[in-house]
Formats: sequence, structure tokens, C-alpha cells
Amino acid sequence: METKNDFQKEPQNNSQTEPKLSRRQLLKMAGVGGAGLLLGGAGVGSLFATGAVGAASSTATAQPAADILPFYGKYQQGIVTPQQDFFHFAAFDIIAKKRSDVRALFEKWTDAAARITQGQPVGDESNNQHLPPTDTGEAIGLTASKLTITFGVGPTLFTKDGADRFGLASKRPAPLADLPAFSADELQAEWCGGDIGVQVCANDPQVAFHAIRNLARIARGSAVIRWSQAGFQRTERAAAKPGTARNLMGFKDGTGNPDVNDDAAMNDVVWVQPSEGPAWMTNGSYMIVRRIRMRIEEWDRSTLQDQEATFGRARISGAPLGGTDEFEKLDLDKKDASGKPLIPVDSHVALAHGDGKVRILRRSYSYTNGIDAKTGQLDTGLFFVCFNRDPRKQFVPMQQRLAKNDRLNEYIVHVGSAVFACLPGASAGGFLGQELF
Amino acid sequence: MTHMKKRTKTLIGLTLFTSLALAGCSSAQDAAAPATDKKDSAAQTQAQAVDLKQPIADYRTYVIEQADALIASTTQFVNAVKSGNIEEAKKLYAPTRQYYERIEPIAEAFDNLDPDVDARENDVDASEWKGFHKIEKALWEANTTKGEEQTADELLSNVQLLRAKVETADIEPALFVTGPVELLNEVSATKVTGEEERYSHTDLYDFAANVEGADKIFTLLQSTLKAHDAQLTDTIASRFADLNNALSKYKKDSGYVSYTELSKEQTKELSQAVDALAEPLSQMGTVLGANK
Ligand code: HEM
Repeated sequence: METKNDFQKEPQNNSQTEPKLSRRQLLKMAGVGGAGLLLGGAGVGSLFATGAVGAASSTATAQPAADILPFYGKYQQGIVTPQQDFFHFAAFDIIAKKRSDVRALFEKWTDAAARITQGQPVGDESNNQHLPPTDTGEAIGLTASKLTITFGVGPTLFTKDGADRFGLASKRPAPLADLPAFSADELQAEWCGGDIGVQVCANDPQVAFHAIRNLARIARGSAVIRWSQAGFQRTERAAAKPGTARNLMGFKDGTGNPDVNDDAAMNDVVWVQPSEGPAWMTNGSYMIVRRIRMRIEEWDRSTLQDQEATFGRARISGAPLGGTDEFEKLDLDKKDASGKPLIPVDSHVALAHGDGKVRILRRSYSYTNGIDAKTGQLDTGLFFVCFNRDPRKQFVPMQQRLAKNDRLNEYIVHVGSAVFACLPGASAGGFLGQELF
Repeated sequence: MTHMKKRTKTLIGLTLFTSLALAGCSSAQDAAAPATDKKDSAAQTQAQAVDLKQPIADYRTYVIEQADALIASTTQFVNAVKSGNIEEAKKLYAPTRQYYERIEPIAEAFDNLDPDVDARENDVDASEWKGFHKIEKALWEANTTKGEEQTADELLSNVQLLRAKVETADIEPALFVTGPVELLNEVSATKVTGEEERYSHTDLYDFAANVEGADKIFTLLQSTLKAHDAQLTDTIASRFADLNNALSKYKKDSGYVSYTELSKEQTKELSQAVDALAEPLSQMGTVLGANK
């Protein structure tokens, strides 16, 4: 479930910024507001010296640099970022009528995201007691926890019910096609679609929720949450040693992912290249989310042999069937004594792997949502997330193969689905989607 | 009305002591509203820095008008109930309540009045239940007015008491400014969910009245607000228009369709329009501060 090489350093596309407090923030922290500017540099210095900063009712938290991931850069964060422990996804629908309102929303969101991912409150607090606080407050005193926020736009931003709502229809990228219906899909409207998709990941669930909540608050009047889902995987702390996380079927999930530190592979699999167009998507990526329910009751009564044959990998080690090491090459031609393939041709990895030429970057999380009121069974499964350069050539053909023949289908059902064009990164002073809106 | 147990503050603070002292009236002491937040003396000073005397005086006039109309309409309603005229009582029920809902923040400031007039079943002990909703239940569920005569009389005397109290009540600027948000919170909490009028399903009447009451305060503060933050003022005005538009789809005759006619999708749309308006409205306190 994690990208391979988890626990390794962040790829070097963005230079790690030191969390520094601006002078303005210092003034805020000291509670002197605008008037404090009259004090000049010396005034600020003496506030420090007397320790007034610590005494003030500050909402900024001292941030360990390792917990902060850069927000601005060539690419958006949260895509080739090693997978964090917790996840919160929200699909939004735009209710604003004008393109300029959508643009304004992205400006505000970019500013807010740039702040909270650095462990700062969403905006400056005023000291007017007659106003609600600017930040909702549940992240006060918490570190940034490797928070990342990733924004994408869905097909319905461009055209909805045949209408060119914001004059953007001509800008819709061909790869952002509506996903075709896959056999055995049981999609439910309440888990599907959205004009905008926001993926939030962090090593703390409250930090992740805080991000979604504040973005929703900022959006009020411009966009509303259409649906949302929280997710998790094992925490780094709980893992006895670093390694691939397991999904709720008990199998290591993420082994076969491409290496996020391999720039060539990422350019090949994930990032939209300049030659592809449209220009506003260069260095962006397409995100597909599928809410996949697991029939865990049935899975739990299937035999070990059946389970391993379903995936084509060994349960404990994660090695391909017939092999011994998790990361050894997947050899689909290996046969047993009787000439049968060791990895069944209709196993999940055999079908997902295909000829090995078409790949995607998976970044999924487990989810659980109480029980299914009808059956009393747990509503739980995999919130599948993947990134790719062109879903029509990568995710779609792969999922078509899986939907038709995957042994795993006996134990899963796709109930939610959405596709988004994740914008390229923004640079400081700019905002996400600047070239689109 | 707001859910009693959850309520932590009155919507508009009414400090009665000044006017009461002047009037030398002690019988109304029990109506003194809870103290307002005075944590921050800087904010208090700021609050005094803007002059809201005129808008507040105008608001009092509005409240008195609504209270007068409430008495007139309640009198007719009570007469219909007491004479057993069920159809007439049903017709008068929702429009009468609107006068109350428009000024609900004021009514709620008087501790016992609001439950006596507006408690829903289960808000109070069964033995203490009285007011509009008790009669609502009799009218729509039992289809009778029998046994409600005393409740009807008490209701009328309680709205008369309300009218007497609003005359002298001191309206706090700080809470006057947050009144519109409190009114919209009322809508979000009970009206948009159909919990307020669970027997008559006339929730949209209350909904509309709460919005009108909020709009009134905004209108009175509009020019002051504009001087502080023109963009915020425009946003609020256009969100009021959006909400009124959304609501107007459900107008029928001189009132509104039954809540039960709304689809889930329509209810959600209304609820989101309320949130869209309430968020910028919550920034109105800026008129009391020094920022912008
Ligand atoms: C509940 C649903 C799913 C579960 C439980 C699941 C689980 C797994 C597991 C255990 C593996 C082997 C370890 C690994 O390489 O990560 C795997 C591999 C893989 N899965 Fe899935 N998966 C699910 C859905 C999907 C979907 C919808 C897709 C894409 C359409 C997909 C694509 C892949 C790919 C590309 C691989 C790697 C194949 C290779 O080694 O080349 N999976 N999955």
C-alpha cells in the first residue's frame, strides 16, 4: 500500500524549505498586530529577548523540519511523496457560477494549503473577539506531520450535463475522459464523481482532518463537499521494521510499485510531459480513486492456498508464488512440475502486471465505515488511489483486464469511482490552476 | 427553538439592569439575561468605538412591530382554537409563528419565555410542555382543539409578556451583530431538518422567517459594514439573494409547501445555501474591530 522505498528521502524536485517565521508572524505571535510595526526592528528583537513570544497566545507551533514537506514546486506534493500513515479524501462540487469565482477559490485554497502544510494556521488570526477564529484550531500544538494536500479537477469542471459551465470545455485534456463502465462495477452515486478532488495525507489523522475541514470552510458558497472518505494504513511507529504495509486482506500491498525516486520512471509513468499537452497540465498527473469494498467475511473463510493464488503472491513474505523474496522479479512464465504456471494467469498480480510495460503508481489506503445496514457486515475495503500520465493507456486497460478475469473479484466490489487531473505544482506567489482558470 | 440542553448562550444579549433600574420595575428581574462575554476589555473598547445606536434603535422598532403583529395574530389563532375551529386554527398556525421566528433571538434571551412559547415535545418535561407546538400536535395529530384551551390562553399571555419585555430590553452591540448567524444556526439545526414542525410540516415558514430576521439585522448594519469591508458586504448581499432564490422555489399561495414535499437533494441544497450565507455573515463582527 505504500510506495516502494518508503522511509526514504523525499525526491529532490523541491528544495526542502526551512520552517522560518516571518517577521509578520513574529509580530502576530507577540500579539502586537499592526501597531507593533511602529516598534521597528529593535522592538522585535527585544520581544524575543524577553521571551514574550513564548508567553503570547500563539497558535504557531515550533516545527521539526523533518515533519514538513515543501508545498511549492514543479510538481504537487502527495504524488511521489512516500506514503504517509493517514488519508482523507474529499470530492467537491462547485456551486459558484462564474469562472472568476473558481479561480478565486483556488487562490484561497493554495494560500491556505501552503500554510497548513508547513504546520501553520490557515490564516492570520485577528485579535477581534467578535469574529470567529480564522483557523478551526484542532491542529494547534501539532506538528505538520508530513501533511500533503493534492488538488485535482474532474471532468465535470469542464462540461456538466452537456453544458460548458465555465467556458473551459475547450481546455479539457483528452486523457481526462470519463471512465468507461467496467464489468461488475456496482458504483453508487454517493461515492462517485466530483468537480474537484482533494487528497490529504499526513502522519496524524487529526492533522489530515483539519486540512479537509478548513478547505471546506474556505469553500463555503463556492463549492460543497460531494463525498469524502478517510483512510489509514499501519503507522510507521507500529511497524517493527520498515517495510511494505499490508492491506485489510493481510497481504503486502505496494511491492510492485515503480520507484518514486527514479525520475525516469516517474516521467514515464506519472508526470504529464510537455509534449503531451495541454500546457496547463505539464508536470501534472491523472489521479483515479476507486472505493473498493472488500467482502472480508467471505475472504476470511477462504483457504490460505486460495488466498495466495488469488493474488499470486505469498501471504507472509509477499514473494511471488514460487519465489522467496518480496522484491524478486515477477516471473509469470515459471511453471510447476506439471507445467502449470506457478502464478495463476487469472491471479491479481498476473493480470495487473500484464506484459509489465504499462504501469501506474498506486497510493491506496484502507478504509472502514461502520457497517452495511442491510447485511450487518463491515463496510470496509481499499480506497484505491493511483496516478498515471494517461488513464486511457494505463489505468483503464489494466482495470478492464482485472474487471473481467481477476480472481480477486470474488471478494471485492467497486462502489465508488472518480478521476481527476491533478494540476502541476505552483510556485510561491502563484497558485494552483493559474494557467487553467 | 434551539435544543434546550445544548444551548449555551442567548442569541442577543439583553442586559436589563440599566433600563430596569430607571423604570424602577423589579418584577421583571427574573428575566435578566445571562451575562455576556466580557473576557476582552480591548474588544469591549472597540465595540464602543463604533456607534451602533441608530441601527439598534431601528432594530428595536422592528422587534416591537413584529411583537405587536404576533399578539394580533396569536389572538386570532387562540380564538380559533378555543372556538373549536380546527381549519381556521391550522391556517393561522404557521403565519402566526413567523412573527415569533423573525425575532427569535430576542425571545430566546428571556430565559423562560422561549420554552413556554416554542418548546418542542421532549425539549421539556411532559408536564411542563406548553406553547405553539403542543397545540400543533393536537391540531395535526389528534385533529382536535379540545383540551388545548388553557394552553391557548397561556400562549397569548406569554406573547403579551414578550411584547412588554422587548420595550425596555437593552440590546448588546456585540450580540446584535452575531444575531443573524444565530438565526441561521436555528435554520440549520432544526428547520432544514424538518424537526421544528414535526406534525404540521410547516418548517419552511419558520425557515423563511429566520432568514428574514437575519436579513433585517444585516440591512440595518449594511452601511456601517460597507465602510469596514465593502467586499464582505457584497458577498453577504449576494448570498442572501441566492438563499432567497432557493427558498422561493417552494412558495405556494401566500406561504410555503409542506416540508415533506422536499426531496433529500432539495433539502441538502437549502442547507448548503444556509451554510454559504452564514460563513461570511459570521465575519460581520468586523464592524466592532479595528481591522480592515
Ligand atoms: C481491493 C482491491 C485491490 C487489492 C486488495 C489489491 C491488492 C494487491 C496486492 C496485494 C498486490 C501485490 C503486491 C503489490 O505489488 O503491490 C497488488 C498488485 C498490483 N495491483 Fe492491486 N489490488 C487491488 C486493486 C487494484 C486495482 C483496481 C488496480 C488497477 C487497476 C490494481 C493494480 C495493481 C498493480 C499494477 C499491481 C502490481 C502488479 C505488478 O507487480 O506489476 N490493483 N494489488
